[in-house]
Amino acid sequence: MFGVLMITLLLTIALVGSNMDTILKQGIVFQVRSEITDNPSISKSFTNPEDFEKFIQQKIDERINTLGLDTPWYSPQRIGYTMLKIMMLDFGNATFLTSDAGSSNVGDILLEKIPKTVLLFTTATIIISIIGILLGAASSNKIGSKTDRITSVFAVISSSFPVWWIGMLMIFVFAFMYQIFPARATPDIEPSDPTYIFSLLYHMTLPVITIVLIGFGSWAYLVRNFMVGVMQEDFITAKKTMGISKKKIIYKHALKNAAPPIVTILALSLSGSLGGAIITEAVFDWPGMGRLYFEAISVMDLPVIIGSTYILTVIFLISIFVADLLYGYFDPRVRTSV
Amino acid sequence: MSDLSIGEIRHEFTKNVLGLIGVGIIVMLVIISMIAVITIPVSTFQEWNNPEKWITYPKTSVPIWVNYFTAEKIPEHEILLPHISYTNSDNIQLTSEQFLVNFEFDDFPSDFVYEFEVKYSNSYLISLNVLRPDGLMLNLLTTTLPFSENETVYKQRIFSTDEMIKKNISMKSEYFAFDISEKTITDVIFSDVSQNNILKGDYVFVVDTYGIKKLNENVNSRIILGGKAFGLMGTDELRRDLAVGLLWGTPLALFIGVSVAIGSVVVGLIYGVYSGYKGKKTDETMMRFNDVIYALPALPFLIILAVTISNSIFLMIGFLMIFSWVGVAKVSRSMSLQIKTRQYVEAAKIMGQKDSKIIFRHIIPQLLPYAFASIAISVPAAITTEAGLSFLGLGDPAFPTWGQILHDANTYGAAAQGFWWWIVPPGLLIAVTGLAFVFIGNALDSIVNPKLKR
Repeated sequence: MFGVLMITLLLTIALVGSNMDTILKQGIVFQVRSEITDNPSISKSFTNPEDFEKFIQQKIDERINTLGLDTPWYSPQRIGYTMLKIMMLDFGNATFLTSDAGSSNVGDILLEKIPKTVLLFTTATIIISIIGILLGAASSNKIGSKTDRITSVFAVISSSFPVWWIGMLMIFVFAFMYQIFPARATPDIEPSDPTYIFSLLYHMTLPVITIVLIGFGSWAYLVRNFMVGVMQEDFITAKKTMGISKKKIIYKHALKNAAPPIVTILALSLSGSLGGAIITEAVFDWPGMGRLYFEAISVMDLPVIIGSTYILTVIFLISIFVADLLYGYFDPRVRTSV
Repeated sequence: MSDLSIGEIRHEFTKNVLGLIGVGIIVMLVIISMIAVITIPVSTFQEWNNPEKWITYPKTSVPIWVNYFTAEKIPEHEILLPHISYTNSDNIQLTSEQFLVNFEFDDFPSDFVYEFEVKYSNSYLISLNVLRPDGLMLNLLTTTLPFSENETVYKQRIFSTDEMIKKNISMKSEYFAFDISEKTITDVIFSDVSQNNILKGDYVFVVDTYGIKKLNENVNSRIILGGKAFGLMGTDELRRDLAVGLLWGTPLALFIGVSVAIGSVVVGLIYGVYSGYKGKKTDETMMRFNDVIYALPALPFLIILAVTISNSIFLMIGFLMIFSWVGVAKVSRSMSLQIKTRQYVEAAKIMGQKDSKIIFRHIIPQLLPYAFASIAISVPAAITTEAGLSFLGLGDPAFPTWGQILHDANTYGAAAQGFWWWIVPPGLLIAVTGLAFVFIGNALDSIVNPKLKR
């Protein structure tokens, strides 16, 4: 797992490394030239423009050397150093973007954005899983019933709609036709305001509704399929013959046994949705990780790109790990067999 | 995995209603693609991002068929062609062009453009007038073209926002009972005199041109009356005809979806089968590599790849393949693990057949039904991912896809401004295309894996 993390990091650096070098070098050239123009006494001391030009070039080279930029970005010690720094969660400073508080430290920016993304997507996923589990259990109760068929059809249809497109339609319906919710999900008041949290929740409604609408169908379908499998097992038949009511069997006994795969998928879909957040947040203008990533890409703010890719991968891997642990918790057979 | 012949699969498939609907939709999409390729020249489509090309089109206008459903008729975008008559007297030739328009809509047109190309020598005088249904004749503009000794061809567009027209109209304020100084030109020309309402009826734009000698010839002229309704699909903020983009998006989406799906399934199938067949260390290494790709966050990487390497559509297809073969590889590995224990495979092995021959002749044919099902199922994912990337503005500008149309719609805030015709059709097409392939895939899947039917 650690290896995967390293490979992701290496790939990211490999992809953006050469660009980063060019940008850094240009930054130095600009810096040196502006320092020299700020100080007119330097240019006065030169009579020959060629000498002056040479002096500037020398200064630039000097600074490039001290920063270690003379070796190419793919040299082992530079890659090693960059990776070490990132592993210690030191992402450096962003080139263009700043956090709301004005800090340009990538760590600060990420810390500010992550809670908002987590808030949005965890809320949505929790609602999705509650609706999905209840609906799935209900439709597995009567296979072939109206509920069951509607759930299946809805699952297929909703899974082929892009979330962001539904998002645009929702904005059209609820922000333009009926002005219930705001079109932009970024709250328009300062974070220090005491009513900020309410404003945030109000702005969150539309994205949450959209994500839930698209997500719960396939969830219900999955739960239903697991439940159908469990309901055919012997212990359920035994419970039925004991005269326990069907409702109790489904919601107490069968659901518990279908839990392991459900929990795994819950963990995976939660982390998977974080990747999808890039587009969803761009539609709703939600001030989270996804939009940060999108903004970083559009202005080529490389430290932010590397930092957020790293964090996304970490979250993804952690959730795979947690899913494995939970699987063992719910299904002791897995634990003993290891 | 089952041992079904092609004939049996076809027979089973014809019984699956949803599968047939899927096939029907795809046939329709293919027909649309063919219509697009035949009727709309490639040059039009490649000019998609060139604003110059679309200058004569109206801005964010609704589709024309909306007028059938509404009581208030929205003015259509009209291109008027002249009725020309010539009169000669002495040395002077008078060419009179009449553009007739029957204006029966309930809103003012947004603007008009007089576009002309004329071949003349010496002097040339143009006078643009409009005759209204109530008999009032308004002189809009009188202008001369630059003097020229030799015969020249002159091309110009006169816009309704022209300062001279504004001045001429403001001099007519005594005819109107309301204040016209704040109104746009078309709001005045097409207005009732007593109050600022639409005056319906026949309007005639009369363009009289006076030239010396008989050489003068009006090569080409037309008046574009800028409406608020245009074409089958309307236009967007940049005046582009959405029908062109949507029609051309169809073959592109099919191409992207199908090629990514086929590519990734073929790669995944061979990779998985080889890994399962070889077993032991090869299997272990190959599956670890598979896990690594699986654990990479796909979308961020696709974005980085598109930004740093290239956003050409062909490379994009390649990038999409990198992230989509993993699942197929896993399943086909486990299937080949089962097949390789079968007796005929072992027999072939003992006979000394090459590994490659066993894999391609004996194992992969067994997996073909599964492969077709997975191709169909992975098409929608490819289309939506490409649309998603285009939506973020990372699409190939040379090939406008549905996702790019939606990207522009989002950039210009189409949803919040209510330009539904700009948002609904592209998304619906993406969804319908995806749905068709899902239907086919599910139908194939339920034939190949009868267990899932239940």
